[in-house]
Amino acid sequence: MIVAGVDVGSTATKAVVMDENLRVLGRGLVPTGANVTRAAERVFAVAIAEAGLNDCDVSYIVGTGYGRYKVSFGHAQITEISCHARGAAFLFPETRTIVDIGGQDTKAIRIAAGGEVLDFSMNDKCAAGTGRFLESAAQVMGIELEELGPLSLASRLPLKITNVCTVFVETEIMSHLARGKKPEDILRGVHNSIASRTMALLRRVGIEEAVTFTGGVARNGGIVEALEERLGVKLRLSPDSQFIGALGAALFALERSNALGTQPLHAAEQRG
Amino acid sequence: MPPDFRFQGAGRHLQKDMLGDWFRALEGAPQAGEPVAYQMIGGNVAELLRNFGYHLVFPEVNALQCGIKHASADLLLKAEDLGYSPDVCGYVKNDIGLLHSGNVSPMGKLPPPSLLVCTYSGCRTYIKWFEALAEYYQAPLFVLDVPYRRVSDLSDLAKPREEDIAYVVAQLEELITVCERQTGRRFDMDRLREDLARSQEAEDLWAGIMDAARHRPSPIDAYFEAVFFMAPINVLRGSEACLRYYRQTWAEIQERVEFGLGPVPEERVRVVIEGPPPWMRFRDFWDMFKAWGVVAVASTYVHVGGLYQAGVRHDPLRPLESMAEVCSNAYCNWNLELRAELLHRWVRDFQADALVIHSVKSCRSFSVGQADTREHFTKDLGIPTLFVESDLVDGRYFSAAQIKNRVDAFFERLAHKKLVEAGGAA
Repeated sequence: MIVAGVDVGSTATKAVVMDENLRVLGRGLVPTGANVTRAAERVFAVAIAEAGLNDCDVSYIVGTGYGRYKVSFGHAQITEISCHARGAAFLFPETRTIVDIGGQDTKAIRIAAGGEVLDFSMNDKCAAGTGRFLESAAQVMGIELEELGPLSLASRLPLKITNVCTVFVETEIMSHLARGKKPEDILRGVHNSIASRTMALLRRVGIEEAVTFTGGVARNGGIVEALEERLGVKLRLSPDSQFIGALGAALFALERSNALGTQPLHAAEQRG
Repeated sequence: MPPDFRFQGAGRHLQKDMLGDWFRALEGAPQAGEPVAYQMIGGNVAELLRNFGYHLVFPEVNALQCGIKHASADLLLKAEDLGYSPDVCGYVKNDIGLLHSGNVSPMGKLPPPSLLVCTYSGCRTYIKWFEALAEYYQAPLFVLDVPYRRVSDLSDLAKPREEDIAYVVAQLEELITVCERQTGRRFDMDRLREDLARSQEAEDLWAGIMDAARHRPSPIDAYFEAVFFMAPINVLRGSEACLRYYRQTWAEIQERVEFGLGPVPEERVRVVIEGPPPWMRFRDFWDMFKAWGVVAVASTYVHVGGLYQAGVRHDPLRPLESMAEVCSNAYCNWNLELRAELLHRWVRDFQADALVIHSVKSCRSFSVGQADTREHFTKDLGIPTLFVESDLVDGRYFSAAQIKNRVDAFFERLAHKKLVEAGGAA
């Protein structure tokens, strides 16, 4: 039996194709862009091609992410909160708290053994403390996104970034640059600011070890260090952090697919 | 064949007619030379003002009408053009925008006030709002200073301190002299007692309607439907029409119980809801809950005018004292401890699965402390709590995708939990 999870995020769309032995056969990642439905179709095509399969081989597909209802070929939609919980618990079974930083939102999720969501907290209405905050900083400083983390780690005298607004932070960075402040010190300040906002979300749900970091921003070593400093514990990290939502969706797809016929589909099966 | 229902939908039609009559009378007031009083919903003293022939205007009701009719956006911008900050309460800005745009609400043309009675003092913004109206209209302003329910005798939630009641009663007596002076009419205690007797009976019926949510399935959505059912008890209380309305609505709810009718086809989750609705996206917000078979079995918003469901009543035998008690027991006049206790009792008594908090940017009277309430419910009481944020009337604060994400994640988790507990885990 082959299943798939498609995670339509604000910045990137990811897919994971999996078999009944929980082996990942194929993956895909494309920028989401303006046409969300098309992004979902494209990423699914990439993943099944990598798996060497045809779309008719896949028996059950779960869509997740903010664009989950745009996965027109999906059988069910499940929020990324549940999917990140399931994916993180699969990779690191000892996980009890998850911090997920994506392109436009940040979430703190507390889970039970096995990945059941106990509580969650997230930003909304404002992209402060998300991947977009880093993108703004990279853009105004003329630095590639991938270089932000390593450069921030070279800082000796981190500056305090006081603006929480993704737009206004650009002005603050420009004023620091104009005063001759070092880019690495500014960047460390940006990273610290994101980590502080994330800590507030984490405290809201309660921090219990182990803590797993998911989402695209988990690839940024600067954020990892800033968060670990504040948490006082090592974060569980996967090189595939961006795929954890899609992985969780695929795991749900497998459960649903197994249960189909013997179990009524639960309420999440509705189309929005 | 579906049964032939006698009462379904009848209340809605009756209410439409009643509110239409109210506004027609309002529109005619200036020409008839009749006095008009503006007041707040919280702690409103409708029976007392009607004693002197005042027509009643509720600026909050006008603001929510603009919200639900999608007329708020331009009015908010109008007020911001005049210098009001984006952070100021949406109701206030909606009203200021409205009066600078001809003062025609979706229900009709609003007459200017002869008297402004700020009946709710727990919100400082409301006092400033009425001060702005007093300056604009050059109308006299009477601020009824109602002490906050700051003590927490949890044995009797709705019992204010005696000295607080005496303080409010003294102000009501002062208000009576103000009204006598302005209208030239003598205060009529017999009429007040008659009106309060009708209020009391309507309050009994209204509380009974809300309590019907104890049934499974609940015959009423105590938030999304009740916010419409609550109108007469706040704006027409004490009148024959108001009493007739609740008698009819009581019959409608009894019929629903008899036939097992509910607000959703299949009741899957029962919740208690704290906080006002997002009027400008009311249907969208309700749909997010309906999709999961969610029914509200109790809600705090419907008690902003008075906590009748918690046992508060007007009483013709204690006219001014009972009015003072109702003023003190407007929901937003309760401290956090009293609010949390009430919410907890409702979750228990109405067999709710969860608490939902809709926190609105506009209203600090509601939102201050809601994060603590959430923490208390999740951590101390172990009751799942959903926290979503937007606004009363300002669509700029309603992020549909983010709110839907929170709602879906929350109920997806509850549905999964129920599945697991039923032994049918996928």
